[in-house]
Amino acid sequence: MSVSTVNAESPLKKGGFPVKFIGVILFSVVGFVFAILANVFIPQVSEGVKFEDHIIGSYAVNMNGAYRIVVALLAVFYLGLGIFSGFDKERRKKYRHRAKFRFAVGIALALWDLLGTKLQVLPQPFFPGPAGILEAFLIESDYILENTLYSLRLFSWGFVLGVIVGVGTGILIGWFPKVFYWVSPVLNVTGVIPAVAWMPFALTLFPTPFAAAVFLIVICVWFPVASLTASGVQSTPKALFEAARTLGGNTAYLVFHVAVPHAMPQIFTGINTASAFAFTTLVMAEMMGQPGGLGYYINASKVWSAYYKVFAAIIVMAILFSLISKIVSLVESRVLRWQRGLLK
Amino acid sequence: MSNDVILEIKNINRTYKDEDSIINALSDINLTVRKGEFISIIGSSGCGKTTLLRLIAGLDKPQSGELLLNGNRITEPSPSRGYVFQQGSLFQWLTVEQNIAAGLKARHVYSQNKDKIAEYISLIGLEGFEKAYPHQISGGMAQRVAIARSLINDPELLLLDEPMGALDSFTRADIQDKLLEIRKTQDATMILVTHDVDEAIYLSDRIVIMTPRPGKISEIIDVDLPHPRHRGGTRFFDIRNRLLEKFHMATATPEPEFII
Repeated sequence: MSVSTVNAESPLKKGGFPVKFIGVILFSVVGFVFAILANVFIPQVSEGVKFEDHIIGSYAVNMNGAYRIVVALLAVFYLGLGIFSGFDKERRKKYRHRAKFRFAVGIALALWDLLGTKLQVLPQPFFPGPAGILEAFLIESDYILENTLYSLRLFSWGFVLGVIVGVGTGILIGWFPKVFYWVSPVLNVTGVIPAVAWMPFALTLFPTPFAAAVFLIVICVWFPVASLTASGVQSTPKALFEAARTLGGNTAYLVFHVAVPHAMPQIFTGINTASAFAFTTLVMAEMMGQPGGLGYYINASKVWSAYYKVFAAIIVMAILFSLISKIVSLVESRVLRWQRGLLK
Repeated sequence: MSNDVILEIKNINRTYKDEDSIINALSDINLTVRKGEFISIIGSSGCGKTTLLRLIAGLDKPQSGELLLNGNRITEPSPSRGYVFQQGSLFQWLTVEQNIAAGLKARHVYSQNKDKIAEYISLIGLEGFEKAYPHQISGGMAQRVAIARSLINDPELLLLDEPMGALDSFTRADIQDKLLEIRKTQDATMILVTHDVDEAIYLSDRIVIMTPRPGKISEIIDVDLPHPRHRGGTRFFDIRNRLLEKFHMATATPEPEFII
C-alpha cells in the first residue's frame, strides 16, 4: 500500500523544479560573479604587475582575461549543475549542501585577486594572485603538459608494478609460513625506510633516471601492499578453507578463490596507503634527479624565482592526484561491491 | 545387507596433545552407516562428535583405525562427502548463486552443469535471492545456501555439523523439514551432529549417543517412527524419554571440578 502511495506522488515531485531552488543556484554562482566583477571594476593599484598579451589561436589574452574566463567557466559549470540537479531530490540536497562553500570560494578568489594582484599586499613574488598563476599556463601550457605526462607515466609504471609485486609477495608471505619467517622481518625493517633514501643507489644501479625513479616508487608501494595482503591472507578463517576443500577445491583454488578474495579489502587498504606514499616519492624523486615531471618543473621554476609557476604545478598535482585517487576508489568500490551495506 | 553399507568406521582413535596432557578425543569408535540412512550423533560438548564428523570428511586424520567410504579409505576431503558447517562458511564475496556454483567451479565442471544452479536454488526455496550477498540474507537462508552448495556436488554422504545450532527455533524447524524433503528427493545419506534431542528424533533413523573423556559411543538408538513425523505425540515422547534417560545415565559420572 505504502509503495503505491509513493509512486502516485513521486511523478509530481520528481519531475518538478522547485522555484525556491533557483535561489540556491544563484547563491552558488553569485560568489564567482562577484569575483569577475571585482576583477573588472576594481582598478589595478600596484604597478609591479605587467599584463602581457599572449596569443592563443587567433586571440590575444592577458592573465586577467584568462582569470575571468576561468572563473566564468566555473560559474557556468555550477549554473548548469544546479539546473541539472534541480529535477532530482537527492541531487538538490547535495547541491544545496555545497552552495555555501561555492559562494565562499568565489569570495575568496575575489579577495585573493585583490591582495595578490590588484594591491599586491602579499609578499611578492612568493604569493602571486590567481591571475598570476594562470599566467604560467598562458606562457607554457605545452611544457606543463609535457611534465605532467612525464609524472603520470612515471607514477603509472611505479604504482602498477609496485601493486603487482606487493600483492605477489604478500600472497607468498601470507600463505607459506617459511616465507613469512624469513621475509617478514626484512620487510618490516626495510619497509619503514622512506623510499627516497635509496635514491643514491637507485641512480647508480639503474641505467636511466626514469628506471631509478620507478624502482623507488615500486619500493614504497610494495611495503604497505605486501604487508596488508599478507595479513589479509593469514586472517582467512580456517572454516572457509575447509569448506573449499570439501567442495573439491585444490591448493590453487584455496589461494586464488578463497584467501585472495578474503584479503581484498585489506589489499585495497594497502593500495590506498601506497598511493599516498607514491605521490610523495614521485615528487621527491623528480625534484632530486629527473629530467622532467612536475617535481622537476617546480625545482626549475624556483631557480628563476617563478613562484607563480610553482603554484601552477601544485594545482596540476592537486588535480592529477585527486583524479588518480578517485580512479583507485572507483576500482575499489567495484571490486568490493559485495561489501556494500556491510560496512558503514 | 552388507551390500548397501556406505560408510564403515573401524576402531578409530584420535588424541590431541596439549602442552602437558593428552586428550582422548575419540576412543575405539566403530560405526556402520547404510545407504540412505539418516544418522544423528548427539552428546554434550567435548564428547568428540564434531571430531568424528571431521574424520569422516577427511579434514582430520585418526591415529589408528580406518574409515572406509564404499570400501575406499578416506584420507582427504572430497566433494563426495559434503560438509555443512555450523555457520559463517559461505564466501562473503560471492552471491548466493555463485556460492552454490563454487563447488562446480572448483571441480572445473561449471559449464556443463550451469543449469543445476537454478534447480538447487529452488530446492532450498531461495528464488529471488540469487544475486544477494551472504550478508544481505538471514542466518537461516545462509545455512540453506550452505546445504545447496554441498548438494550440488552430488555427495554420497552429507555431513551436517550443527548447521541449525545458531538459528532460532522456527527457522530451525523450517530447515529440518527442508532436510527431510531433500533426503526424499535426492536419496541422500546424512550424518547430523547436534545437541538437540528433539531434532535428532524428528530427523533420524538412528541416534548415536556419545560421551566425553574419552570420547566414545555409549549407545545407538533406533528411531522407528514413520515419516512424516510429528513433533509430539506419545511415541515421540516415549523415545524422547528413553533417550533422555540413557543420556542422563550416560553423563551421570560426576564432572570433575576442574577443566583440563
